[in-house]
Amino acid sequence: MNYIGRSVKRLEDLPLITGRGRFAADISFPNQVYMRVVRSPFAHGKLGPIDLSEALAQEGVVAIWTGKDVVDIPHIGFRLTKLADLEPYRQTILAQDRVRYVGEPIAVVFAESQAQAEDAAEVVFAEIDDLPVVIRAIDPVGEFLPGRTTEASVVRKAYGDIDDAFRRAAHVIELELYVGRHSGIPMETRGAIARFDESRQVLEMHGAAKVPHWNRATISKLLGLPLEGMHLYEGHVGGGFGIRGEVYPEDVLTCLAALRLKRPVKWIEDRKEHLLAANHSRDQHHRIRAAIDENGFILGIDDDFFTDQGGYVRTHAATVTDLACAMLPGPYVIPAYRAAGHIRLTNKTPAGTYRAPGRYETTFVRERLLDAVGHKVGIDPIEVRRRNLIPLDKIPFARGLDTLGTEVTYDSGDYFGLMDQALQRVGYEDMKKAAAERRAKGELVGIGVGYFVEKSGLGPMDEVDISVDEDGHVRVITGVASIGQGVETSMAQICAERLGASIDKITVIHGQTDLIGHGMGAFASRVTVMTGSAIYIGAGQLRERALQAAASLLQVPEAELEIDEGVISRKGQVPGPSVTLGDVVRALRPGSTLLNGNDPGLKTVAQFTADHMTYPYGFHIGQVRIDPETCGIEIEKYLVAYDIGKSINPMLVEGQLVGGACQGIGGALYEQFVYDEQGQPLATSFMDYVMPTITEMPWVDTLVREDAPSPLNPLGVKGAGEGGTNAVGATLAGAIDEALQMPGAITSLPVGPATIYNLLKKKRAA
Amino acid sequence: MTEKLDVTLSVNGKRYEMKVEPRRMLADAIREECGLTGTHLGCEHGVCGACTILMDDKPVRSCLMFAVQAEGAELRTVEGLAKGNELHPIQQAFWDHHGLQCGFCTPGFLMLATGVLEQNPNIGDEELVHALSSNLCRCTGYQNILKAVKAAREEMKP
Ligand code: FES
Ligand code: FES
Repeated sequence: MNYIGRSVKRLEDLPLITGRGRFAADISFPNQVYMRVVRSPFAHGKLGPIDLSEALAQEGVVAIWTGKDVVDIPHIGFRLTKLADLEPYRQTILAQDRVRYVGEPIAVVFAESQAQAEDAAEVVFAEIDDLPVVIRAIDPVGEFLPGRTTEASVVRKAYGDIDDAFRRAAHVIELELYVGRHSGIPMETRGAIARFDESRQVLEMHGAAKVPHWNRATISKLLGLPLEGMHLYEGHVGGGFGIRGEVYPEDVLTCLAALRLKRPVKWIEDRKEHLLAANHSRDQHHRIRAAIDENGFILGIDDDFFTDQGGYVRTHAATVTDLACAMLPGPYVIPAYRAAGHIRLTNKTPAGTYRAPGRYETTFVRERLLDAVGHKVGIDPIEVRRRNLIPLDKIPFARGLDTLGTEVTYDSGDYFGLMDQALQRVGYEDMKKAAAERRAKGELVGIGVGYFVEKSGLGPMDEVDISVDEDGHVRVITGVASIGQGVETSMAQICAERLGASIDKITVIHGQTDLIGHGMGAFASRVTVMTGSAIYIGAGQLRERALQAAASLLQVPEAELEIDEGVISRKGQVPGPSVTLGDVVRALRPGSTLLNGNDPGLKTVAQFTADHMTYPYGFHIGQVRIDPETCGIEIEKYLVAYDIGKSINPMLVEGQLVGGACQGIGGALYEQFVYDEQGQPLATSFMDYVMPTITEMPWVDTLVREDAPSPLNPLGVKGAGEGGTNAVGATLAGAIDEALQMPGAITSLPVGPATIYNLLKKKRAA
Repeated sequence: MTEKLDVTLSVNGKRYEMKVEPRRMLADAIREECGLTGTHLGCEHGVCGACTILMDDKPVRSCLMFAVQAEGAELRTVEGLAKGNELHPIQQAFWDHHGLQCGFCTPGFLMLATGVLEQNPNIGDEELVHALSSNLCRCTGYQNILKAVKAAREEMKP
């Protein structure tokens, strides 16, 4: 049966809709102790003595640790985009002699109950002597440590002759643009439950996510355990979005405590802690210059930007800045380019990746620039993009840049085609006319667009272990993780179609390090591409083997057999003589004469390797209406057009795009971690970190295309996870500009009513 | 430490006797004392609605109430929706319409929607959206949640 390309209902839903999910907080072990973290109330200071006397006297307290109790544990290292420059900026699991952001762990309390742990944590008092704070990445560079500044590194990327581009320019456009600080904010906060299993001599950590294998290797090393002495287990995960599942200080503390206290240890974060302590993201300030010719063709871009890294450099190291440098040019020709990304430490929560990291920011920057170029030479936003898009005959297109250790080569794509289809879908010409008419009647209505290239399918490899049992059940063990994106279903679809099994008989396993030795995890929209391809290959091998064996069993030439829903029979002859996959496995027991030197049963370990990422691309178009009274922004129309080469499950792809767009809207209009001048965070609850509810969400239309399958994998797929988010900030900024009839007005996200109010005031004054 | 109080909760028609501190939140009692972990905590300050349950048929935030306050009330949680293996129409609709991704917000949305649709089976679209705006979902963008609840509205019409 054909499963690939069908909107199969999700296999993972039943436990989740019946309340039988196993999220981190749902996991408990007998005799567990509860961990509570004491966090710095100051943004920057010298850490003096910590008074534990009152806390230690509280009922139920088992132990309290401060920095000196964990000096032997090394800093948490980098997972991606490691730069030696950044190493002095890594975080320890508890602050040693300085605190660098509000929320930094300075002590941990272990107690018999959650309430007792919280009560005791309240009365841990630390002496902290204030030090000067740095609050913005563009502020003057400060001191991180004596002799070390807050500019940790500068990532530089370039191609072409940029100086020549500016010499030849008819015009030079300069913009200063900013994307605010926001983050993934999964609905489930973080959590970890660790216990040492004496019978197996294994430290278990439950509540893992995203990259369990890497985390296992990292945590076991930090704790001085052999790799085989530790395993991670992923249950249900309440949203990932980049921030969840990295190694954080709290994970290591939980594991260390399970070893030292010889009892299971449970840590569940509360929402305030999450907003203070889990990775923030975005918060980039760009100063961009473009050289253009008289027709609006961009000859070169020179961008200098600043990433607000927060108090420490965590596992992502230079990833966001690196991706920003590499992905900024997007779908345009741009013959010369130079970017410098400054990684600046500030006294805010440390930052990492969040869905479309470095791209949400740079798409905003690049598309603001395109709008400005169009305005400068007096052409429509669509026309200016047309003049700069990479034409079909230049694909595959070597960007001349690299990122995440791979060269950026756009593997396939019809950039003109997708834009035309999107414009047709929304009826662009009519839409434009109608908006202009409404504006003529005094309404504040405008249309904006954003074009982008995404990346997906980061290698270098993925491995799967597929086996069929004697009842015909298929077990697919992967080294990836599920963070709510429907991995089990889409992977089962690929396996079912390729192997010829029924999807109900397939179990997909993820996030269990004791079942498979390797696993890269789920990030960078890599799962469908990498794991999906490995399954495609492995299931194909098993199909072949099953047909071979069935040919002997049925005495029918292999070429005349087909396999469907687990039943092998002569092509076009149902009913007729047949065998099931289970029959085949039984026939291939050890010692069987059918083995022909092969291993018994139907099982395989298959790998897929890729040296290059694959590049989906998308186009957003949105229409907003601004209420001049309330200064509120209403999104009237929104389309996400995205070419992902091949969609395994269109329903899931649409779900990703719409959900992603919602997060993009949050970042464009509502969400921001605001800090005061002392570095005190002002958004520490859902009352002040405001995310879109259903009322703020427009009806998002999606146009999923398969015009440009990836030549880099057997399925032709590209990842779908980030295209809904990527261009929302850019698109809404353009729409708001047009609604206000103030080109270039929006230079900073999020755009709240206060911005609109001030712009309207300025406009009236003019 | 304050003395513990005897509390009896009635959840999904079953009685749970427990001794809890007066400050014990209802959500915690449901999760820990009753062992019903389908009710989730996303914020513990009354904004996200992940902890929504039905109390005497009305949706309430169980993170904002003390366990002692629920004495004598009939509570319903996500675990009580299905009858054996037969899913409640709202559960079926969420499954059919891909109304969940990570599923963390789902129990809260299911209970909210059930309460709203039971109270007003003919609720209009606008009012429905308004009612659903009391809960947060970070994955779906709400579009499929709305589709699912509208489908359940048709199914649940008396
Ligand atoms: S947990 Fe109760 S409203 Fe968020
Ligand atoms: S489905 Fe993940 S928060 Fe709603």
